[in-house]
Amino acid sequence: MKTLFDKIWESHIVKEIPGGQSTLPGGQSILPGGQSILPGVPSILYIDRHFIHEVTSPQAFTGLRNRGRKVFRPSQTFATCDHNVPTREQDRPIEDPLSRIPIEQLAANTKEHGITYFPLGDPSNGVVHIIGPELGITQPGMTIVCGDSHTSTHGAFGSIAFGIGTSEVEMVLATQTLLQSKPKQMLIKVDGELSNGVCAKDIILHIISRLGTSAGTGHFIEFAGSTIKGLSMEGRMTICNMSIEMGARGGLIAPDQKTLDYVKGREYSPKGELWESSVKRWLELRSDAGALFNTVVEIDAAAIEPMITWGTNPGMGMVVHGKIPPAGSQVAEKSAVDMVGAEKSAVDMVMAGKALDYMGFKWGEQLLGHPVDYIFLGSCTNGRIEDFRDFAGLVKGRQKAPGVTAWLVPGSKRVERQIEEEGLGKILREAGFVVRQPGCSACLGMNEDKVPEGKYCISTTNRNFEGRQGPGARTILAGPLVAAASAITGVITDPRELVHATDSDNATGSDNTTGSENTYNSKSANTK
Amino acid sequence: MKRNKFTIVESRAVVIPKDNIDTDQIIPARFLKTISREGFGENLFYDWRYDSSGARIEDFILNTPNGEGTILVAGKNFGCGSSREHAAWAIADYGFRAVVSSSFADIFRSNALNNGLLPVQVSEGFHSAIINHSKSNNKTTLKIDLMKKEITVEESGDSEKFEINNYKQECLINGYDDIDYLLSNIKEIEEYEIYRASSL
Repeated sequence: MKTLFDKIWESHIVKEIPGGQSTLPGGQSILPGGQSILPGVPSILYIDRHFIHEVTSPQAFTGLRNRGRKVFRPSQTFATCDHNVPTREQDRPIEDPLSRIPIEQLAANTKEHGITYFPLGDPSNGVVHIIGPELGITQPGMTIVCGDSHTSTHGAFGSIAFGIGTSEVEMVLATQTLLQSKPKQMLIKVDGELSNGVCAKDIILHIISRLGTSAGTGHFIEFAGSTIKGLSMEGRMTICNMSIEMGARGGLIAPDQKTLDYVKGREYSPKGELWESSVKRWLELRSDAGALFNTVVEIDAAAIEPMITWGTNPGMGMVVHGKIPPAGSQVAEKSAVDMVGAEKSAVDMVMAGKALDYMGFKWGEQLLGHPVDYIFLGSCTNGRIEDFRDFAGLVKGRQKAPGVTAWLVPGSKRVERQIEEEGLGKILREAGFVVRQPGCSACLGMNEDKVPEGKYCISTTNRNFEGRQGPGARTILAGPLVAAASAITGVITDPRELVHATDSDNATGSDNTTGSENTYNSKSANTK
Repeated sequence: MKRNKFTIVESRAVVIPKDNIDTDQIIPARFLKTISREGFGENLFYDWRYDSSGARIEDFILNTPNGEGTILVAGKNFGCGSSREHAAWAIADYGFRAVVSSSFADIFRSNALNNGLLPVQVSEGFHSAIINHSKSNNKTTLKIDLMKKEITVEESGDSEKFEINNYKQECLINGYDDIDYLLSNIKEIEEYEIYRASSL
C-alpha cells in the first residue's frame, strides 16, 4: 500500500544509505574512498527536471566553476528570467544595472554550459512555474526542482516538485541529484460542490487559515477529493503553488484525464509511441486505497467562501465579509463564523496585534468596503490564462475605479498572447485596465513594480509578508475574483455581489486551457 | 568545498522572540541582486534595523550591545517563505554560527546546514526558558556542543539534547558539504540513469 508520493520517490532513489543496500544497481553501502558508512545519510534522489532563474542561480554556477565542474546533464535544466524583469518596454535594455547584471549572467552561464534558456522577449519566456507546464517540460511522475519555493506548483501534474536553495542548485547542476530525507505525508481531501464566485485560490487560503503556516512543515501534501478533481489544471496549480505557505515542501495531485489533456501536444511532451507508454505509466500514479498518511485533513468545499487576508502571513485569513477578531479574544479558539480558523490556527494574539499595526487595521474590524489603492493580478499563483478569464469576466462592461492603480501582469508570453487571442485584452482595456508584460513583478517587488509604503494592495499572489511588495506595503491576498470586484469598486468587495449581477451572460465552467473558443467565465473553479 | 568547522560554540544569546520570521524579513528581495555569496550580512533584517529614511532604529536588538553574539534565538517557524539561500548567507555573513528555535522551515534548515550555519531545534519549553532567562539577564550565554548534540544555558546549567542527522553532523564537524559526497557517487548516478531508461 503506497501513496502517490511513495511511488514517485522510490523510483527516483539512486542510493539509500543507512542500514541497508539499495535494491537498484550499484547499490553498494560503502562510501567511496573507503570511508565508513555514516548512519542517517539521506537518500540520493535523482532529479528529472531542473528549472533555473536569474536570482538563485549565479552563485551556483560560480561554485561549479570554482570546483572546475561542468553541468552534468544540461538537457535536463531549463532557464528563464522572471524575478527581476520589467513589465513594460521589455524590448529596451534594462536600466537598473542591479537587475540587468544577474540576467546577463544567466545568459552567459546557460550559453557556456549548453542549457536551454528562454530570454526576455522569447515567445516561451515567463514566470518559471508558468512556462514549465505550458511547454510540457513538467510531466507526471517526475522529480522537479528549482531554486524557488513555489516549485511546488508543478506538483499539480502528479510530480514531486519542491524548492531548493542555491547550494542545492549547484548539486543538481553538478550531479542531477540531491541528498534528501523522505518527508512525512499529509492528505488533504476536499469534497463537495464549490459555491458560485469561489475559486481555487479561496480553497487554498481557506485551508491555510484553518491549519496555519507551519502545519505542513516536514511534509509533502497530496490534495485529493471530488472538488480537487473538478478543478482545471490551472486551479490545481494554484492549490499546489501555495502548499509551501503552510510550510510543506510541496503538494501533489494524482494525474487524470485532465492532466493528460493539458500535457498532450506541448513542445516538450512525449510524442507518438512514447506518449502512449507514458500515458499508461502516468495513469497508474495514484495512492493505493488504504495507503497511510501521517496526517489526514478533510475539507467541505461547500463551506468555502471568497477569502482575503488581514494580516502579515497567509494564515491570517478570513472570508471576505468576515471581521477581524475582537481584541482580547483567543484567535485560535474563535468560532468559524467570521474567521475560518477554528481548529488549529497558528495565529496568536501578539503576532496578530503586530500584524494589525502594520496593516493599519483594527481588532474586530470588517474589511468589506475598506478602500484599496492597488490591485495586482499575476504571479505563479494566479498569472495563468484562467485567472485573466475570471478577472475579465467580472470587469466586462464596467470601469476600473479611478483611484485604483491596477497591475495586470500575465505569467508568460503565451498567456499574454492568449489574452489577446481570446479577446480578453479588449475587454480589459475597455474597462480601463492595461495588460503589462510577463514577470514576477509586484509579487516580490524586485523590479520597479513596488507598492508604496502604507498603501493597500489586493494581490493575487502568495505572500503578504511585511515589505514583500515594497517597504511598508500592505498586502491583502485574494483570488482574481475578489481582485476584479475590488478594482471596480475601489474598496474591498465580495465578488458575489457583482457576479450575481452579470452572471447569466458568462460561459460556464470549461477548463480547456488552450481552446480559443473559450471566452471567459467567472466561476471556472466551479466546474461541473 | 571546505567550510568553517563547527564543534562547540559559546556566545551570548541574541534573542528576537518573534514567531514566523520569514525570509523577506531576514533579507528583503531588493537586496538579492548581487551575484556573489558575500556581503549579505549588512542587509540582514534591514527593514527592522533601518527606517524608511535609512536611519538606524536604535532599539532593534542588532543595533544595541545586546546584539553582539554568534547565536541567534528566534521564535517558531523560523525562515519560512522563500527558498532564497541569501537568508542563510546573510545570517552567517553577519557573524552568526547557529540559530536556535522551536521549529524551522524545511528549506531554510537545508540552506543553513549547507552553509555551516547550525539550526538548533529545541523543545518549546526549553525555548521559553532561554527567552525568559534572557529577559532577566541580557548577557545570557548559550553553549552549543555539536559533538554531544547538546545546548546549555550556561548561567542556569539547563541543557537539552537536540537532533541532527549523523551525516549532517559529520559534515559540519569536518567542514564538508553534500556536493563532495554526491560527486563521489557519479558512477552510481550514471548506472541509475541507464537502469531507469531501460525500465521506462
